[in-house]
Amino acid sequence: MSDQPDMNEFSARSPDTLERVRVGLAARYRRERRFRMYGLMSTCLGLLFVLFLFVSIISNGYTAFWQTQVRLEIDFDAQLIDPDGTGDAKIIGSANFDKLVRTAVGQLFPEVTDRRGRRSLNRLMSAGAGFELREMTLADPALIGTRQTLWLPADDEVDMLIKGYIDRDVPEGSRRIKDQQILWVDALIADERIERQFNTDFFRLGDSREPELAGIGGAIKGSFFMLVVTIALSFPLGVAAAVYLEEFAPKNRWVDVLEVNINNLAAVPSIVFGLLGLAVFINFFGLPRSAPLVGGLVLTLMTLPTIIIASRAAIKSVPPSVRQAALGVGASQMQTVFHHVIPLAMPGMLTGAIIGMARALGESAPLLMIGMIAFIVEVPGTPLEPSTALPVQIYLWADSPERAFVERTSAAIMVLLAFLLVMNGAAIWMRKRFERRW
Amino acid sequence: MQLSTLLLILIAMAVISFMLGRRRSIAVAGGYGSIRKLHSLPKYYGYYVAIWCGLPGVLLILLWLSVSESLIMSQVIASLPSELRELPESQLGLVVNDIKNLAAGQFINEQRGADVAVAAELYSSLQASARWILSGLMIAVGLVGSAYAWTRLQPRLRARNQVEGIIKVGLILASTVAILTTVGILLSVLFEAVRFFQKVPFTDFLFGLTWSPQTALRADQVGSSGAFGAIPLFAGTLLISAIAMVVAMPIGLMTAIFLSEYASSRVRAWVKPILEILAGVPTVVYGYFAALTVGPLLGDIGALLGLNVASESALGAGLVMGIMIIPFVSSLSDDVINAVPQAMRDGSYGLGATQSETIKHVILPAALPGIVGGGLLAVSRAIGETMIVVMAAGLAANLTANPLEAVTTVTVQIVTLLVGDQEFDSAKTLAAFALGLVLFIVTLLLNVVALQVVRKYREQYE
Repeated sequence: MSDQPDMNEFSARSPDTLERVRVGLAARYRRERRFRMYGLMSTCLGLLFVLFLFVSIISNGYTAFWQTQVRLEIDFDAQLIDPDGTGDAKIIGSANFDKLVRTAVGQLFPEVTDRRGRRSLNRLMSAGAGFELREMTLADPALIGTRQTLWLPADDEVDMLIKGYIDRDVPEGSRRIKDQQILWVDALIADERIERQFNTDFFRLGDSREPELAGIGGAIKGSFFMLVVTIALSFPLGVAAAVYLEEFAPKNRWVDVLEVNINNLAAVPSIVFGLLGLAVFINFFGLPRSAPLVGGLVLTLMTLPTIIIASRAAIKSVPPSVRQAALGVGASQMQTVFHHVIPLAMPGMLTGAIIGMARALGESAPLLMIGMIAFIVEVPGTPLEPSTALPVQIYLWADSPERAFVERTSAAIMVLLAFLLVMNGAAIWMRKRFERRW
Repeated sequence: MQLSTLLLILIAMAVISFMLGRRRSIAVAGGYGSIRKLHSLPKYYGYYVAIWCGLPGVLLILLWLSVSESLIMSQVIASLPSELRELPESQLGLVVNDIKNLAAGQFINEQRGADVAVAAELYSSLQASARWILSGLMIAVGLVGSAYAWTRLQPRLRARNQVEGIIKVGLILASTVAILTTVGILLSVLFEAVRFFQKVPFTDFLFGLTWSPQTALRADQVGSSGAFGAIPLFAGTLLISAIAMVVAMPIGLMTAIFLSEYASSRVRAWVKPILEILAGVPTVVYGYFAALTVGPLLGDIGALLGLNVASESALGAGLVMGIMIIPFVSSLSDDVINAVPQAMRDGSYGLGATQSETIKHVILPAALPGIVGGGLLAVSRAIGETMIVVMAAGLAANLTANPLEAVTTVTVQIVTLLVGDQEFDSAKTLAAFALGLVLFIVTLLLNVVALQVVRKYREQYE
């Protein structure tokens, strides 16, 4: 009976409480929908950023994979190249091939005779055209004395005009290509002497001040050397460290310190590794500046924590029963690890290594510190020669004012992103293909 | 002899030692039939001999690499005529460079001509003879080592244990590389920073309000005061990082909530990898994007609103940095939200709460420590981020809280001070290391605290 008042109170309140819930319900559902909208909006915003980033880069840069070429009839004048007919590579190499190009262009427009007109006419062709002729002649001296129809690169301003980046309605004073030059280019187009061809030079050449001669070949090679050094050092070191920490290390203070230290090192800003490289490798050990070897060493130290952490996770996922079975048939601990644990953990370790390499490939801040931002035209032949890296090349070109460099920067970014996509794709594929659920 | 040939010879010797040792162990045991008399498998005897052959040689090469250069150079310097020898340190360095360049067959400045040429010849000949001595020594050491191991081969020799012991030492050494890296960072940065603080007082650096690192070459030069007050840099760094966090934190967190609580698994399977792409894009690409697209865009928007937006405004750099950090925040928050036990959600639903009420009143409070930890890690990334600010933020130190103006950051200054040719004893160069020290300490503290918080949080629900 003592419950009675409580029951009464409850039944008396109950419609009131329900009423209050009902009254608030609509507002609560509204809040629910609003909250959900916020979530959806932020997700869409994130996706939008991805889209915006890629569209802006691709739309800026896809044209760089084509280069405007001009068809010219080049007269390989023996008088000019090798007057005595010696066939000596030195004499041929020092001949004035630019003049061959100038003569060929001049023949197309014989009405241009004054010096200023000729000069502005010559500026339609790239400075690399003569260089190309020189290489061609050196490779095949039989060309001397013949007449050839060749496609040669146009100047970057002509290239930009053909690609539609230069507005013809802009007053002549505020564009770099003059009205007269535009008329010549139109005449060349009408004559079907201008064509856009796939830009192989972009992948072959090193850096240059002339946009149409600047390529990412040197940067790719520098990045390649750096990654080779990095993987050769960081993978064995990382795996060895992970094996020690997971399989052999005693549980004590020192190992705790090691673990905390590795986790922290993974979050240290990359530029600090650059300072380390500058102070230790270059100033203390006296290794050459701008060399991919030093870059590789710095990137090794930077990626090592990532690889150690990934390798430890891979080793941890190998079930203890495998170890116990091996130990049970009489293998030593070392044999157990090297014959069973490491092979089973290998896919996971390699996945971690590839992801670490992808990070290293995109890294540029530490490389600025060790002098890999020099202007280097030569494509490096060894890891000790000065070189730049692909992301650093992007940084260098991003500073150049010419419109043609904007396009090249975006194209270099696309190449870099393609490499990264392939590497990450390979890592995902490997994880899917070799992942074992125990 | 080239170093690479030397290494090849060493490897060849080790391989031969391995085969000899292996065969010898079988012979010692008394042929294949009685192989079980051996303590270890025959290959371990092979490894044993190979290690005795190769390891001393490798150590020798390392020793030679570290000391030979300075030894040879000191001999060369001793041979120089006294007027060259008694030059001050820096000029002597130039002479040494000349000698090296000449020895390497490059052209040099012909000023000191004959003396340098003589020295260069001496340098080359010393180097050549040092190489021959090293080659001879290495081969001798290798032979002696394998001969010693050879004589010790007996059935009772515990070859496997010894080989495994050496492998274990190798593993331990590999795991100390990480510690050595930290120590190396700390020492190298600290060492140069201390030299900087000898020139510029510590308090001036930490609390000074003007930053203009160009030191005057002439006394009457304008605008080159050589002031090293880092407060404007810290303020600029904080401003840009704050903008980045204001962008990244809500978007990242809401994305994580949406993906883990609302989205169907099919949507999640598509959206998550796409957002991860943002995390994998190199920072130089973001920098280019900020400088080329976002900066001008903000300028246009500002012009429409009648605002004056600097082309290298803090807003542009911070915005793009925020975009970069979104996937970082969202994946960390995602982990943390998923770690909240389902029972807590069910309890809240059982009481009649809607999904958003559950998230706001149950899940977020429970996940808060983890989210804060993730946020701290994100802040540390924003502070240490370099390429975006180098390409999109300003160079001039500017003490302002207005996000539409250009500010500079710690990392930008490190890069501008250290890029290009520099002397290593000017305050300007050393200042970069002092900034690096501050950067390292601040990010380290943030990381330690954040990792600790995240770990504590994980333990709570495990």
